[in-house]
Amino acid sequence: MKARVVIDPITRIEGHLRVDVEVDGGRVTKAWSSGQMWRGIELILKGRDPRDAWVFAQRICGVCTTVHAITSVRAVENALQLPVPLNAQYIRNLIITAHGIHDHLVHFYHLAALDWVDIVSSLKGNPLGAAALAQSLSDYQGNSVQQMQAARDRLSTFVASGQLGVYASGYWGHPAMKLSPDANLMAAAHYLQALEVQRSANKIVAILGSKTPHIQNLAVGGVANPINPDSQSTLTLERLYAVKALIDQLGDFVHNAMMADVAAVGALYAEWTGYGKGITNYLSVPDLPLDEMGKTFELPGGHIRDGDLGKFHAISDYQDAFFRDGVKEEIGHAWYQYQGNDNALHPWDGQTEPHYTDFQDDGKYSWIKAPTFHGERMQVGPLANVLAMAAAGHESTNRHLNKLIDQASAVAGSRIPLTALHSTIGRIAARAVRCAVLHDSLVNQWNLLMANIAKRDFDTYNRPTFPKGEIRGFGFHEAPRGVLSHWVVIEDGKIKNYQAVVPSTWNAGPRDDQGRPGPYEAALLDNPVADPELPLEVLRTIHSFDPCIACAIHMTDPQQRPIVQVKAF
Amino acid sequence: MHAANTVAPVPNILVLGIGNLLLQDEGIGVHVVERLQARYRLPDNVCALDGGTSGMTLLDDLAACQHLLVVDCGRLDAPPGSVREFFGDAVPAFFQQRISPHQIGLSDLLAAAALIDALPAGLSLIAIEPECIELGTEMSATGERACELALERVIARLNALGAAPTLLQARVA
Repeated sequence: MKARVVIDPITRIEGHLRVDVEVDGGRVTKAWSSGQMWRGIELILKGRDPRDAWVFAQRICGVCTTVHAITSVRAVENALQLPVPLNAQYIRNLIITAHGIHDHLVHFYHLAALDWVDIVSSLKGNPLGAAALAQSLSDYQGNSVQQMQAARDRLSTFVASGQLGVYASGYWGHPAMKLSPDANLMAAAHYLQALEVQRSANKIVAILGSKTPHIQNLAVGGVANPINPDSQSTLTLERLYAVKALIDQLGDFVHNAMMADVAAVGALYAEWTGYGKGITNYLSVPDLPLDEMGKTFELPGGHIRDGDLGKFHAISDYQDAFFRDGVKEEIGHAWYQYQGNDNALHPWDGQTEPHYTDFQDDGKYSWIKAPTFHGERMQVGPLANVLAMAAAGHESTNRHLNKLIDQASAVAGSRIPLTALHSTIGRIAARAVRCAVLHDSLVNQWNLLMANIAKRDFDTYNRPTFPKGEIRGFGFHEAPRGVLSHWVVIEDGKIKNYQAVVPSTWNAGPRDDQGRPGPYEAALLDNPVADPELPLEVLRTIHSFDPCIACAIHMTDPQQRPIVQVKAF
Repeated sequence: MHAANTVAPVPNILVLGIGNLLLQDEGIGVHVVERLQARYRLPDNVCALDGGTSGMTLLDDLAACQHLLVVDCGRLDAPPGSVREFFGDAVPAFFQQRISPHQIGLSDLLAAAALIDALPAGLSLIAIEPECIELGTEMSATGERACELALERVIARLNALGAAPTLLQARVA
C-alpha cells in the first residue's frame, strides 16, 4: 500500500517542524521537511548598535541562547578585527563547552532516547538484571541494584499518577521497540539521573555567565567578568573552584553512563546503522580559540566530501576564505523571494522577504532556506564535527570514538566499522563522543584559565571602536547542533544587514534549486515504516539530528488536532 | 541565585516570566518580571527570573523554590489584554492543553521537577491574552496595559504570600 504520512508537528524538538513522507511497501520513498514558522528575527537587528546585537540574538531561541550570543559577538569582533583577551576566550570557551555538554545530555536522555527506550516496559524490568547489565558496561557509580530499584519505584509512582507529561508522546509498546525490560530499566534509571546531572552543567554556565538562561557577561571585545582573585564581587578563585567541582561531577556521568548507554543502545539496534545515511558531505568549524585572534583552536573542524575522511579540508581560522566565500542560501522551495535575479545569495547580501504560498510538493513548502557550501548540500552536527576531528587526528576524539566503537562491538558480538557512523545511530553515537570530548576540553580550558590568571594576567576586555563607512564580519561557532554562523554588515557604527545561518537550516532545509533534497529529506529515504499510523521510525531519524527549528515563538493555539495524519493513495 | 546555606524563614518564591521579547505581546511575562525588578525591592525569599523561552535550563531554579509563580501569555478565549489567575493543579493543566513547540514546554518541566521530587508545593499562574505576536520588541497598546495589570496581580500575589515587595523611589522620567 502506498500512503502519505504527515507528522505535524514533530514533538520533542524545539520549534514547529512538519515532515511529510510517502510510504510504499513499508519504506519511505519521498520526504519533505518543512519549517512551519517564519524566522524574521534578523530584521529586528537592522539599524541597531552592533554592541547590542548579541542581547537580541540570544532571544532567537530558548535552547540556543548562549550559542547565538557568542556567535554574534564573534561576528562583530571579526568585522572590527578586534583582539579578544585570553581570559575572555577561556571564559567563553568554558561557557560554550558546559552548554554543549548540557545540550547533548538533554538531547540524548530526554528527547531522543524515548524513541529507543520503552519507559512503560522499564516498569517490568528487574533491578538485579538492570544493575548487572549496567555494571557489565561501565563502573559508573549510579549502577547499583538499589539505584535501579529506586528508579523503577519512582517511575511506577509517576506513571500511576496519570501525569504522563514528558512521556505522553512516546510510542510505548511499538513493535520497533526492541530492548529488554532490564535494558529499558537501566536506561530509564540513567534518564532520571541525567535530570540531576544536567543541572551541574547549567550551574557552570550560570556562575560564569552571571545568569541562565540568558547569560549577562558578554561584550563585543571580551567578557564583563572582572577577574580579581581576592575580591568577593568578581570572578574569584572560590567561584572557579566551585566550577571545577561541577566539572568533576559531570565527568563520571558523561564518560561512564552516557557513553556506555549509547554504545549499548546502538549495538542493540545495530540495524539502524543501515538507515538514515542521507547526505555525506559534512561541514563543521573549529572551536575553542586559544589565542586573541582565533588563529589556533583546541577543537578542529572542516569539510569532508562524500564521507571520505581522506578528503578532509580543514577550516583554519576566523578569517578562513574557504568558509567565508562558500556559504549561500537558495529559496526555490522556501517561502521567500529575493529581489533581483539571483537565486542564491551570500549571507552578507541575504534577504528575509516572506513570500508565502501553500504547501506545494513541487514548489515552495518551507520557511527554512536551503543553504549550500560551494554549491553542495551539507550535513552539519556532531557527526560532521567528530568525523572532521577524527580526520584531523585529534587525540581526544579518536580515543573516545575508539572506546565507543569497541564497546558497541563487544555488545553486538561483531566488529562495527567506522562507516557505520553514516547513519541514524551514527549521529547519536557521534553526539556522545562529542560530549566526552567536550568534557575533556572543559577540564583543559579550566586549567588554561587558572594558569593564565596565575601569571597575573587579569585582562578580560578590549573596547571596540567603530569606523566610518562599511565593514563586514562573520562569526562561527560549532554549536551543539552544528555550524552556526552570523553575518553582519555595519555602516557608520550601525547594523545594515544581519543574517544567521543556523545548524537546522543546513539540516532541515528543503530541496535546493536543483531539486536536491536537504539532509533530513535524504536521510529519511528508505527508512522502514512498519505502521504508517505510528511512524516511530521517521521520528528516530529526524530526532537523531537534534532539530531546533524555530528559534522564535513559544505560544500556539490549543487547537487540538491529530499529530499524525495518514492518507492512502 | 539563592543563598544555599541559610534556612529561609518563609518559603522561597520564584516569579518566572516566560515569553519571547522579540515577538511583541508574546514577551509580556518577561516584561512583567523586568518591571518588577526595576521598580521594587524584593524580599530575600523572592527571586524574579526572566525565563525567556527556555526549558530544561530552568529546572535548577525551579527546584530551589517552594512556590512557583509563572507569568505568561496564553490563549484564554478572552478579549486581548485579559488577565487570569490559576492555582495549584490548574497550572500544569493549563500548560498541558496545548502542544508546545518547545522541546521542553512548561508542563514537561513541571513533570521533570516531579520526577526528581523537586516540584514546588505551591503553584500559581498569571496568564495574559495577547493582542499581537508579530515580530517586534514593543508590546501593543493593549499588551502594555495588560502588562501593568499583570504586574499588579503579581504584587497582590506576593503580598498574599507574605512576601510584599517594597516600591523603590520613583525614578525621574
